[in-house]
Amino acid sequence: MTAAPATTPRSRRGGSTTAPGADTHARGPRQSIMSRSAAMLIMGVFTLYFLTPIWWLLTTSTKTGGEITSTAPLWFTANSFGTFFGNLGRLFSYGDGLFGRWLLNSALYAGVGALIGTVIAAMCGYALAKYEFRGREAIFNIVLSGVLVPATALALPLFLIFSQVELTNTMWAVFLPSLVSPFGVYLARIYAAASVPGELLEAARLDGSGEIRTFFTVSTRLMAPALVTIFLFQFVAIWNNFFLPLIMLRDQALFPVTLGLYAWNSQISQIPELRSLVIVGALVSIVPLIIAFLALQRFWSSGLGAGGVK
Amino acid sequence: MRAHYGKVTAAFAMISALALSGCSAGGDSSGAEAGAEAAPCEASDGPVTLEFTTWVPGMDQVVELWNEANPDIQVTVQTGPNGNSGTYQNFFNQIQAGNAPDLGQIEYDALPNFRVQDGLENIAGCEGVADAQDQFVDWTWGQVTFGEEGSVYAVPQDSGPMAMYYRADLFEEAGIEVPTTWEEYAAAAEEIKAQGSYITNFPKTDVNWFAGMVWQNGGQWFANDGENWDVNLTSPESEEVATYWQDLLSEDLVSTLPSFSDEWNASFNTGQQWTWVSAVWGATTLSDGAPDTAGKWAVAPMPQWEDGGETAGNWGGSSTAVLKGSEHPAEAAKFALWLNTDPEALALANELGGLYPAAKSATELEAFAGGVDYYGGQKIYDVFAEASSNVNPDFTWGPTMTQTYTDVSDGFGAAIGGSGTLMDALETGQQKTIDSLKAQSIPVSE
Repeated sequence: MTAAPATTPRSRRGGSTTAPGADTHARGPRQSIMSRSAAMLIMGVFTLYFLTPIWWLLTTSTKTGGEITSTAPLWFTANSFGTFFGNLGRLFSYGDGLFGRWLLNSALYAGVGALIGTVIAAMCGYALAKYEFRGREAIFNIVLSGVLVPATALALPLFLIFSQVELTNTMWAVFLPSLVSPFGVYLARIYAAASVPGELLEAARLDGSGEIRTFFTVSTRLMAPALVTIFLFQFVAIWNNFFLPLIMLRDQALFPVTLGLYAWNSQISQIPELRSLVIVGALVSIVPLIIAFLALQRFWSSGLGAGGVK
Repeated sequence: MRAHYGKVTAAFAMISALALSGCSAGGDSSGAEAGAEAAPCEASDGPVTLEFTTWVPGMDQVVELWNEANPDIQVTVQTGPNGNSGTYQNFFNQIQAGNAPDLGQIEYDALPNFRVQDGLENIAGCEGVADAQDQFVDWTWGQVTFGEEGSVYAVPQDSGPMAMYYRADLFEEAGIEVPTTWEEYAAAAEEIKAQGSYITNFPKTDVNWFAGMVWQNGGQWFANDGENWDVNLTSPESEEVATYWQDLLSEDLVSTLPSFSDEWNASFNTGQQWTWVSAVWGATTLSDGAPDTAGKWAVAPMPQWEDGGETAGNWGGSSTAVLKGSEHPAEAAKFALWLNTDPEALALANELGGLYPAAKSATELEAFAGGVDYYGGQKIYDVFAEASSNVNPDFTWGPTMTQTYTDVSDGFGAAIGGSGTLMDALETGQQKTIDSLKAQSIPVSE
């Protein structure tokens, strides 16, 4: 879990779970130059550690199969520009445009899956936070324990279940399990409890708004930063999901991009030509994630209405 | 970090998935029964559709040929990752769930695992199957029948007879004779080392390569007497091979790069490696990985343990199996036979997928007739065809090869790091393989 949004940079964990605005004044004791530069150094080293592979991916995707081994690994070649577009062209034309198909599949699984998953998680978390009913804590605890079970451990049981209803090797086999996000429910509950004031809901009820209407018109807006976080988490989780599609899908046309690249990568020893395609493909496949993050990160900082009533 | 975390959990889940299926299937596995009667194999009425899972690139186009000629037996191709990267586990899961594809690609070293877990249909009774024996290279037929009377569990698809790729130019320049025996090979290794290069690379993770070496030496790692499995990783033949390579390693006469890595390719491309004892499919691996050395390579038969010997090993190769639960075994078998014997299909599968057919008629294919520019115009496939006929037909794989490979490979890695020897690795592998067979209730004779 790298991408906990840094609404409060100094909170050490669960940055996104703390209501924004809670920590804006207290800057803590002033740090010495020593400790600040040590912190910078450590962060610098880690940044380098995480960015180097991506840099390698970038430079290597501008090389032909032969150049990968024979040229400097972290720098471009003289004709990098042309080679890159050549690789890109081959990537999208190989196997009748299979790669484009995979990208579309991933976009569909991750985009629609994350959207519906976010709505479900938000409704569930909101209900748990704002309505008193028997068994509320029990339900919450059960959902919470779901956070602890890695999705990959559920893949095989899911496969057997989907086999019973003959839905394996269909889009549904990957799509349906992706809609569930226990972590999203947890986040939505915490956030709804902190950011949606009961008084506001009372006011809405007095004005004659139904519960569902209140949820969609009032509460979701107050919960927006959390919803964006849930959406992004879920988007990334589905995009990177690998094991479930590996088990569920047989038809190449249904593969998401992760599984497709994996399949190609496992064939490199037979078809060495795929080596450069896998590398360019990996680069292309992270672009949508970067776009999603850049496009949505501004919503995190908005902290809409957190202190709006009091 | 996220991606890494994902990989670790994926690996973990993969292990638990393996363990799960291992347990569940262990109960009803009763070992390979010898002489099981071939079930009657009747053709279905009306048109049928078959599913075929493979990882050979371009197979869909080969199947297209079939589909055009056989409107009543339509085959749909599904391409997945290669066997050990997930497809085998998927087959086991699907067999368990009762929705496996009719046909699947399975490598020879994985077939016994499927056989022991009762994942294969016996197609010996299907029309034309028993008569097809003559059309395939002897040893490949042994792989798909397990030596059982009246049984055929798959149709051989491709094979990987081994020979020695070598840098003809460098050998000539240095005035070193191209080695024909392993003794000469070791001597050449010293001379080449003196020039600052390596004669070859020892692939610690490719235990099946090592098995190919033992295979050439007439060794056997597994045997099945119809009831019990006999594990014999430490036979005298294995020991001879292990000691030989251990000596080369100890004297630093061979490099130990990870196989098929960029580093490894580079070492071939820059002339650091003078030979590669490898399978027929290695021809394209080499020409793609080391493009700068085009025209300088040649192929000779594998070095021999005995002067004047002619034995060869095999590395890789797969079959087309009819998986358990197929409703149309007769049609599936018919297709599998066509796929692996029809000259047009073989030629296309070679062109698109790089397969070297297990069918004897391979030698008549145009693709294998001419010289190859990368190898200085040499007709290298003649060498491999010769090697193919010199592969010991009786080599048997065990039912837990993935585990055996992992354990032996770990030991090889340790030996290269200086702790223990290759022989130690085989002894550990032997013990762990026996443990693993017992853990799955597969009978082992001690």
